[in-house]
Amino acid sequence: MNQRTFPLFVTAAVFALAYAFCLSRFPAFASTRVFANLLTDNAFLGIVAVGMTFVIISGGIDLSVGSVIAFTGVFLAIMIERVHVNPWLAFVMILIIAALFGAGMGAIIHFLRMPPFIVTLAGMFLARGMSFVLTADSIPINHPLYAQLNELVIRLPGGGRLTLIAVVMLLVFAGGIVLAHFTRFGSYVYALGGNRTSAELMGVPVASATIRIYVLSSVLAAVSGIVFSLYTSAGYSLAATGVELDTIAAVIIGGTLLTGGSGYVIGTFVGILIQGLIQTYITFDGTLSSWWTKIAIGILLFAFIALQRVVTMAWPMRRVQAA
Amino acid sequence: MTETGRKAVLKASGLSKFFPGVRALDKVDFELAEGEIHALLGENGAGKSTLIKLVTGVYGRDEGTIQLAGEEVDPKDTTDAQRLGIGTVYQEVNLLPNLSVAENLFLGRQPMRFGLVDRKAMKARAKALLAEYNLHLDPAEPLSRFSVAVQQIIAIARAVDLSGRVLILDEPTASLDAGEVQVLFRIMRRLRDRGMGVVFVTHFLDQVYEVSDRITVLRNGRLVGTRETAELPRLELVSMMLGRELSAEALHRGGRREVAGEPLVSFKGFGKNRYVEPFDLEIRRGEVVGMAGLLGSGRTETAKLAFGIEQADSGEARVEGHPVKLQSPRDAIRLRFGYCPEDRKTEGIVGELSVRENIILALQARRGWLKPLPRREQEEIAGRYIKLLGIKTPDAERSIQFLSGGNQQKALLARWLATDPEFLILDEPTRGIDVGAHAEIIRLIERLCDDGLALLVISSEIEEIVSYSDRVVVLRDRRHVGSLSGDEVAMEPIMQTIAGA
Repeated sequence: MNQRTFPLFVTAAVFALAYAFCLSRFPAFASTRVFANLLTDNAFLGIVAVGMTFVIISGGIDLSVGSVIAFTGVFLAIMIERVHVNPWLAFVMILIIAALFGAGMGAIIHFLRMPPFIVTLAGMFLARGMSFVLTADSIPINHPLYAQLNELVIRLPGGGRLTLIAVVMLLVFAGGIVLAHFTRFGSYVYALGGNRTSAELMGVPVASATIRIYVLSSVLAAVSGIVFSLYTSAGYSLAATGVELDTIAAVIIGGTLLTGGSGYVIGTFVGILIQGLIQTYITFDGTLSSWWTKIAIGILLFAFIALQRVVTMAWPMRRVQAA
Repeated sequence: MTETGRKAVLKASGLSKFFPGVRALDKVDFELAEGEIHALLGENGAGKSTLIKLVTGVYGRDEGTIQLAGEEVDPKDTTDAQRLGIGTVYQEVNLLPNLSVAENLFLGRQPMRFGLVDRKAMKARAKALLAEYNLHLDPAEPLSRFSVAVQQIIAIARAVDLSGRVLILDEPTASLDAGEVQVLFRIMRRLRDRGMGVVFVTHFLDQVYEVSDRITVLRNGRLVGTRETAELPRLELVSMMLGRELSAEALHRGGRREVAGEPLVSFKGFGKNRYVEPFDLEIRRGEVVGMAGLLGSGRTETAKLAFGIEQADSGEARVEGHPVKLQSPRDAIRLRFGYCPEDRKTEGIVGELSVRENIILALQARRGWLKPLPRREQEEIAGRYIKLLGIKTPDAERSIQFLSGGNQQKALLARWLATDPEFLILDEPTRGIDVGAHAEIIRLIERLCDDGLALLVISSEIEEIVSYSDRVVVLRDRRHVGSLSGDEVAMEPIMQTIAGA
């Protein structure tokens, strides 16, 4: 365990404690059914959080992801139900649109030296506005493919149903881990978050890395939007409001440093599970207002930001004698 | 071939660089042989860093050619220079503390296997590379866990591994302790023996004589000369750097005085680890103590300790014989100390504020922000000092950034004089101001001292120090190495003490 992995261990410990608490109140938490549902219900959040992890590690932020999810849903609904495009083709189209959208934001951030906060805030309004231009209504998607995809499940012992979208989320997480730690692109992301000037001096292709980071985030937001449309079987321009903030919270609770340079994709996964766990607990309890989820997340977020500060300041330096 | 018969690995001829209004580098020739450690010396503004930035492609040159092993090259940026074989390590280690040691060494050129980074191979290669430098550590650990000295060695290992022909070390020893410096020197010598050309930029003369084979001195953007280290006496080196003939006539104030009486301020064993070695210093009322030494010798550092900007970790300070607490500039201001910093643009004036606001700043700070000076009083104080010091400004409300350097300097002086100080520290009070204002500032220093102020004045102009100081303290390598008084306050003894000859 070192300075970089310490927040990750804390995240895991928090999850273990929370899970033990839930288990002591409701033994049903041990069932695969509850666990599989937890994955399904948070699939879209998890997928978009992988992209956000890369963005935050690189020292940036992406506020546009919630709007991109909504736009994706509306776009798919319009394309499939009104234009009668094949859903697979619609998926490909939206992924390309999202990639261009992310590339545009990344290019503006890099070449015009604009803060990611401002650029992606503009992106957020733009994507949300575009969804309203397409339609202000909630459009149900009744294409048979949607029903087929939703019936694809892996049955787990104990009655759990691992849905397709849960599997997609797990695959995205696995891909994210490989991308972060076993590719040059991954090391560039960490390098950018550490110190942009040093990274440039050390030969990191800063422009292409920045653009690729935002492409990744937008594309994963679109994947998340596809998953969300499968989950709700509808497209609605007001959907996924504030999801960007839930996502950022999950990434931070997962131990990623908000100032960049340090974090783990797997930590984000645990962060998502913690959020899901709180929601599930509130559902089980039945007497608590759903706003308690937000309150618990808020407290956790404060605790983790304070923890990161303390760890960064207090972690001792190792002295190696150079001979 | 160089004059010494060794093959030149890097040869720059007639390099010039112009910035608006300044010739930062003026037709400089520089030659680095294979297998040598070449010290590059010069005071502030001499052009060392400009030369390095031209050679490593950070700046484009305006004139001249660069040859690497006989072939003309034109590095476009640092990456390009690295590819050609020129690696640079800066004082502030330019690595990424959040990445692992191995990633720092191989960023962008990690060994790949099946399209993915082969972390095991990368770790093994990092371990092998660092073993050449006698550095045995776990390359998977983040760089931030290691000391600056170790990070510096890792930076050198990276630069050598990437470039392999020329290694430029820009003030690598500034934040290292004596033992770490020796480790670095061993590495430099080993690289030299392997045939690399090493450029060593530093302010520490002892280190220059310890490790370098040849010395090139720059001054005011021009080449002063390149000499074999063994054949260059220290005194001559110092005069090459400072550019004063030893026979230069010393200007004298109307007779140097032995100021008697109890010291107003005294420091005993005052110092800070890795900053300035403990020193003793006493200053009496009506006395001007000059502080001389090369850049980086610890002059400004001494001033910062004396004013509480840096906290001493040993010794004590006394005012009129009573021990005092000196932990912050606020303590110092309360003790009626004043400090005009060296870099008035970043540490002194507040450019956007008016002349009046700049002048009353320290006085207001001492009163506390809850007790603002009445506007009328502010105007009276500002008006008084503008007249007294002859600050040339259309009016007191003019934003200070529009004044000339000399007038800004005077306004800074006014700020401290307004607090009615007893002990005033002036760091390079005449830097960057024109000749007329220069003389005025010197006269002002003399007048202040006649009024009974205790003054500590830092300056790189030895003639200037000689002209107004009653005593001179000389620093070298962050140590107070001498205190001269009476007839010893003259060019030659000061230069000799600086050189440590």
